[in-house]
Amino acid sequence: MNPPLDKSAKCDVSFAVNGEAKKVLAYPMERLLDVLRNDLGLTGAKEGCGEGECGSCCVLLDGMLVNSCLIPVAQAKGTSIVTIEGMSAHALMKPLQEAFLECGGAQCGICTPGMILAAVHLLEKKPQPALADIREGLAGNLCRCTGYMQIFEAVAKAAQQRVVG
Amino acid sequence: MSVNHIVGASVPRKEGWDKVTGAARYVDDMVLPGMIYGATVRSTIPRGKIKKITFGPGVPWNEYVVVSAKDIPGKNCIALILDDQPCLASDSVNHPEEPILLLAHADRHKLRKAVDAIAIEYESLPPVHTIEESERKSNIIWGADNTFKNFLVEKGDVDGVWKDAAHIVEGEYFTGAQEQLYIENNGVIAAYDAGHGVTVWGSLQCPYYVHKALMALFALTEEKVRVVQMETGGAFGGKEEYPSMIAGHAALLAMKSGRPVKIIYDRMEDMVATTKRHPSRTRHRTAVSKDGKILGGEIEFTIDGGAYATLSSVVLSRGTIHAGGPYHWPNVRIRTKAVATNTPPHGAFRGFGAPQSLFAMERHMDRIAQVVGISPVEIRRRNFLKPGQTTTTEQTIRENIDLDRLLNRALELSDYAAKKKRFAEENKTSTRKKGIGLAAFLHGAGFTGSGERYLNSLVGVEATADGSVRVLVSSAEFGQGTNTVLCQIAAEALGLPYESVAIAQPDTTVVPNSGPTVASRTAMIVGKLVQSAAQGIKQTLTKTKLLSDGYTPQQFRDACKQSIATHGALKSLARYEAPADVFWDDEKYRGEAYAAFAWAVYVAEVTVDLTTYSVTVDDFVALQEVGKVMNPVLAAGQITGGVAQAIGFALYEKVIWQNGRMLNNQMTNYIMPTSVDLPPIRVVFEELGNVHGAHGAKGIGELPMDGPAPAIVNAVEDATGVRFCSIPLLPEDLLDALKPESLEQDVSSLARGSA
Repeated sequence: MNPPLDKSAKCDVSFAVNGEAKKVLAYPMERLLDVLRNDLGLTGAKEGCGEGECGSCCVLLDGMLVNSCLIPVAQAKGTSIVTIEGMSAHALMKPLQEAFLECGGAQCGICTPGMILAAVHLLEKKPQPALADIREGLAGNLCRCTGYMQIFEAVAKAAQQRVVG
Repeated sequence: MSVNHIVGASVPRKEGWDKVTGAARYVDDMVLPGMIYGATVRSTIPRGKIKKITFGPGVPWNEYVVVSAKDIPGKNCIALILDDQPCLASDSVNHPEEPILLLAHADRHKLRKAVDAIAIEYESLPPVHTIEESERKSNIIWGADNTFKNFLVEKGDVDGVWKDAAHIVEGEYFTGAQEQLYIENNGVIAAYDAGHGVTVWGSLQCPYYVHKALMALFALTEEKVRVVQMETGGAFGGKEEYPSMIAGHAALLAMKSGRPVKIIYDRMEDMVATTKRHPSRTRHRTAVSKDGKILGGEIEFTIDGGAYATLSSVVLSRGTIHAGGPYHWPNVRIRTKAVATNTPPHGAFRGFGAPQSLFAMERHMDRIAQVVGISPVEIRRRNFLKPGQTTTTEQTIRENIDLDRLLNRALELSDYAAKKKRFAEENKTSTRKKGIGLAAFLHGAGFTGSGERYLNSLVGVEATADGSVRVLVSSAEFGQGTNTVLCQIAAEALGLPYESVAIAQPDTTVVPNSGPTVASRTAMIVGKLVQSAAQGIKQTLTKTKLLSDGYTPQQFRDACKQSIATHGALKSLARYEAPADVFWDDEKYRGEAYAAFAWAVYVAEVTVDLTTYSVTVDDFVALQEVGKVMNPVLAAGQITGGVAQAIGFALYEKVIWQNGRMLNNQMTNYIMPTSVDLPPIRVVFEELGNVHGAHGAKGIGELPMDGPAPAIVNAVEDATGVRFCSIPLLPEDLLDALKPESLEQDVSSLARGSA
């Protein structure tokens, strides 16, 4: 159940989403996750826990990896947000997506968009991560299906591809 | 890739691309025109009578749709086995968080306040919260004796073994509740209209379970209920029976409001209100010869079923049959029961009773080894089941299984002997104690006993005029690879590329009832039927001379086109036929419990840190024999994922109960393993083959849940010398057992303020 928000009136919030200027009418304390999913139809970010533990709702906000369930939309005013839907042209996406498919990094798929965004974020900071870096870089994203082993393999493979490719 | 080798190849996951792009559609991603949102008003007490319901001030109630038990057109129950669980409580409640009323509103943000504004007055009745309280029967909360189900398995003459025993070894073991913790919470959307009846789209494992429950709840015929499975974000058993409840709720609101209704639980509601793994208690009393042979024994296995019967009888059955582990018991008596408590019903969770009774068995084997004075390896070796011997239910092992060989390989892969020696030496001078432990176990594939016969599963394969093939099953994909493996089987049977075969979205108006997606039955049982149905298409085309052997995909397409033009739809169905040699006696609980078993030996290496009292698993070897491995990447993913979940079961995941209610119903305080918590999980398959499944496949999904917990606790005992018999085993438990006297003094002097 969503928290009650009717104590304050809705207001206009403007920001950029996936490179496009957007204006939404929302409660100021409404979660960025809900605005992205319900108002903008961007359902790639998922709700897992609603309290910043699982990382399924990850998006990039001004280049930072954030849990969109913890960001009141008012705080996102004037920022630039990128969701999984806006990542397709990113150079790291295809190698990561292919490696996830090949290595079995996605099972039920619900954590996958967040996991892939976290992996992109990691590889941007550390193009050739050691296993310990991958573990650390994905520690904010919970996966209940894979036991992570095949995700580690996928991220390492994508990093490797980059060197080869 | 040669089309001859599709089965056994790691072809990519069928719906994989949608998942890695974020395009996959889960139920919360779906919006219907005019859709409103539902919420549930739940009991705040564990047991009592509902006296009065007040709709508090400050809420414009006329804006809300309100549903109570009176609005149910059919029977107020969740039809499953005993039909004892109401969909909505009407005059009494039997556990905290039991649904009483339903609300719906167009603005989802307006639900919380309304739910909180409803005051329910109760006349409290004394609740029962533990197995022991339930057994005492001073409060009868279910049936005549608080017992949902009993089983008795008897083999040989147990009473005669004690006099010849060199050792009698006793032990008592406990396992806690565990939350499935799929990352996608339970959720559905329901629509209703008088003409078409009820339609539900949901996150679920068993479309036809929901279908059956809705027919009873709404008193509708089967064609007036439609259930569609959306992409499902993890299930692990947690979406086996509960979706019938939430689907019923959304559908009742949809009927009353005349609009589609979405109910999506948030994490706290999902964890506090839905099913978990049954807590268990197992008692062993075993007669052993001087040289470590099991002569016989008594096993008592009891599970806490929660407030309603739901699936407890079936969970108990699997726990009962697995209680003796992969060992030969010449004489055994296994008495088991599922009892009622005033907690939300416990339910299906990967392993389904087996992880509980196998935890006890595998801890007990280490105990027997100590008493006899031989190693944990040797005690197992001397008692392993061999082909030709019988299990506790007197099922003859016909498989060509060699557990000794599996054990040897696991020991070799884990470098067991050398490590055991080295750790014993190093532990003398270190505060970081290392240990290594193992577990040997088995897991029966498919429904127990006559279960598959009753299910009577039906599967379809159809071809279209453009030569594309579609598999029609109600078996659901929720990460484990159903879509992929069943398409592989159909493609192989038809000699077509994997890409030409698709699988229909499970929709009860489109797919036949191939049974529930549970019990590690999909690859083995449903896979075999898909293979037969696909062969049926081929036979139709060859019989009508449209196709001859050695055809190309193009020739197949042409033949389909011609066949459909001449004879109409090209569809083939296959129905389950029980193997002739499978015999099961439900009364005596004796016979062929499962068509096949998967076998495994797991080895865990741990460090117990005596400064922090934390346990870390440093290495894990998972060696198993699961018949034909259909897709090595997906199969390995099942094992690593299961092992990870079982490491959580052993060391992290503790449900804290207060008056029958889960207190830590959040991911911040119920802790599952993260990417930094797990060891390398080394997965190795042995293939021996099995006649029953498609291409000799057996079940795989649940197996890895069974072995890790005992292997880990055996390793903790190896490291510390302390016999832990209860999981989850948290740092505070280790502190209690291991704290040096000096620490106790420190703590007490701190308490006095004089440190």
